[in-house]
Amino acid sequence: MTTSADMGKAKSGSLYAPRKAIYPRRVEGQFRRIKWGLLAFTLAVYYLLPFLRWDRGPNAPAQAVLVDFPHRRFYFFFIEIWPQEVYYLTGLLILAALILFLMNALAGRVWCGYLCPQTVWTDLYLAAERWIEGDARERARKDAGPRTAKIWREKIAKHALWLAIAWWTGGAWVLYFADAPTLVYELATFQPGISEAYVWIGILAFTTYMLAGHMREQVCLYMCPWPRIQAALTDEYALNVTYRYDRGDPRMSLKQASALRSAGAPAGDCVDCGQCVAVCPTGVDIRNGASLGCVQCGLCIDACDAVMAKIGRSARLIAYDTQMNCERRHRGEAPIYKPLRARTIVYAALIVAIGGLMSAKLATRDDARLSVLHDRNPLAVALADGGVRNAYTIRFANMNAEPRRFLLEMSGIDDAELEIVGVEPDAEGRMIVGVGPDQTREARALVTLRGGRKAKGQTPILFTSKDVESGASVAMRDVFVIP
Amino acid sequence: MSTREAPSDAVRIDPHTKTKTTGHEWDGIEELDTPLPRWWVVTFYATILWSIGYFLAYPALPTLSGGTQGLIGWHSRASVARDMEQLTEIRGPVLERLANAPLEEIEARPQLLSAVRALGAAAFANNCAGCHGAGAQGAKGYPNLNDDDWLWGGKLSDIRRTIEHGVRWDADKDTRTETMPAFGRDGMLDAEQISLVADQVRAMAALPGGRATAQGAKLYDDNCSVCHGVGGKGNHDMGAPNLTDALWLFGSDKDTIVGRIANGGGGVMPAWGDRLDEPTIKALAIYVHTLGGGE
Ligand code: SF4
Ligand code: SF4
Repeated sequence: MTTSADMGKAKSGSLYAPRKAIYPRRVEGQFRRIKWGLLAFTLAVYYLLPFLRWDRGPNAPAQAVLVDFPHRRFYFFFIEIWPQEVYYLTGLLILAALILFLMNALAGRVWCGYLCPQTVWTDLYLAAERWIEGDARERARKDAGPRTAKIWREKIAKHALWLAIAWWTGGAWVLYFADAPTLVYELATFQPGISEAYVWIGILAFTTYMLAGHMREQVCLYMCPWPRIQAALTDEYALNVTYRYDRGDPRMSLKQASALRSAGAPAGDCVDCGQCVAVCPTGVDIRNGASLGCVQCGLCIDACDAVMAKIGRSARLIAYDTQMNCERRHRGEAPIYKPLRARTIVYAALIVAIGGLMSAKLATRDDARLSVLHDRNPLAVALADGGVRNAYTIRFANMNAEPRRFLLEMSGIDDAELEIVGVEPDAEGRMIVGVGPDQTREARALVTLRGGRKAKGQTPILFTSKDVESGASVAMRDVFVIP
Repeated sequence: MSTREAPSDAVRIDPHTKTKTTGHEWDGIEELDTPLPRWWVVTFYATILWSIGYFLAYPALPTLSGGTQGLIGWHSRASVARDMEQLTEIRGPVLERLANAPLEEIEARPQLLSAVRALGAAAFANNCAGCHGAGAQGAKGYPNLNDDDWLWGGKLSDIRRTIEHGVRWDADKDTRTETMPAFGRDGMLDAEQISLVADQVRAMAALPGGRATAQGAKLYDDNCSVCHGVGGKGNHDMGAPNLTDALWLFGSDKDTIVGRIANGGGGVMPAWGDRLDEPTIKALAIYVHTLGGGE
């Protein structure tokens, strides 16, 4: 692996190395098109999603994706997550990690090159920079030369554009936490009482501006832990952007090569034009071999393909390939591709299993919940007539947009009486608790076993909450303790 | 282990990366002297500067006379006071509803009830748990508030009065004053008679070993029934415990009962009316009442 050589050089003895400016050149080609497509798609999702409406009836917000902190709800299209269901979030994080592992096992750091927000916004910033200041060579020349008024104007325009993008980025973020159209109106008209939103927009605008505008590849090289982790996760079958030295070396000028070839001798395809380095956003020379700095964006492939097309050699001197295959071809063996390997199969199976489990859980989940908490201090109370009482804190949750009534029943211990503090039994002696739309209600339940001597120990009991209208019920197990 | 540090004259330029080495070498692996990026170093120094600013701005160093005060005048006490003020403001609406609601109706309002119980539980932990236990489970001589045995009554109004004015708390003129006489110490009954009464009482409570006698019954009627009732069922007005149930505040063995008859007296509970405000007392009454459902 090449490391520091690519990452800028310090005067010897210095504690730090100043950032070596990288001027990645514009490039066109297949991977660049894929990157533009993904950039447009991901940014469109990010900026526009909060404005998507979703009808949930009169008691719930109509925003498709909304993190509702004040009411502690998370809405995602038809899914409504309550705080006691954060395990869905855990599941999503595990899924995300596994998908990242699978991507890595198949094609190294592709996430970094195509989908990582750092890459996407940096790409956007680079495009803005190019649009205003020109392409790589022009920018390098301007930066090296004297500061003219025109250059100052361009610099100011560039930073203004960057800041505007950063502001939108932070602004879109806060829209996920409130009704988007209302908040946009409030922000645009400087309504009081939304200072928190301004603070968050400010923080995110600042980080976007710094990370995408000023730190760029340094984030990938120094700040991001993923390259270190993925270096340990990858194996020799993972496809990485690779310079096929078996075909490219020895490097020589076009003239030399054609001379050699016409003489019937082998010659390398690489003409040492440096285009692959010139377009690289992290300043890597991929011909030196696999590198910590390479984010697998494929832009050097596009650059080299263009060169190959011009000199009439076949494309993909640089390609998604493995180091191992270069060596095999060099030795005259056939390359091997094995997308199905133990690790990819295990990752895929885990993704399917966890994804399936989560969807199954989501599809069958109840819209009502019951939680029961046994009083611990004291576990049981002796009564005047020699009986025993246990107390429980019961919480009914109505996850529906309509108010509902629940009938609480208890079974499992003969002759015990159930009462709920503050709830009068109805004419038939039933304990019915009303819960408002999308609300929970806490109640204190007392279970009393009257008179006489009792066998000591714990008896399992079952609390059931039944929707009076629909009859759907949820049950929770607990115990009755006799001291 | 073959770990060793090479002498510093081994510092050299690594041929592959053309970077200086630090001169450290472990098992043939050399450490490159790769410098940190500038922004990293700048950030590091910035944190040091920040800490100095922080150190000056806030109270930091303890001194003999109390500590440095900090330049911006921030103080944790003032901050707590501000937080408390905020809390009171947040609680304001609930406290207001609590103050306006008749005690008997609060339990029927689910949202108010859960807020009031939370208030009551906090007040209980601060003021009452010391004697009655964290879960109000009581102890010998300190009533369990979860059960259905109430010395002074378990209705909301009774509980509230007990909290407000206390029990045998001389500083409060409305406190409950009734006290069990010391039959033995004051010479009203002799040891033989006390033993007979104790046996009689234990028989009334159906405790194993209890022994009812004609003489004991007569002694009970003459001396005890005024307060504890002819059948021994007790009396809330006098704080006289029910002697026929299974719950004994001080214990049910004969020695304990003999001791109680001989020496009399009873527990003391402070009056909280002058220490806690009205809503807190209300909240406490509700909380205690909901523990075991009251009476
Ligand atoms: S070496 Fe190629 S694939 Fe890697 S970051 Fe540079 S341009 Fe992208
Ligand atoms: S772009 Fe292709 S031909 Fe040019 S230096 Fe890079 S590998 Fe060689």
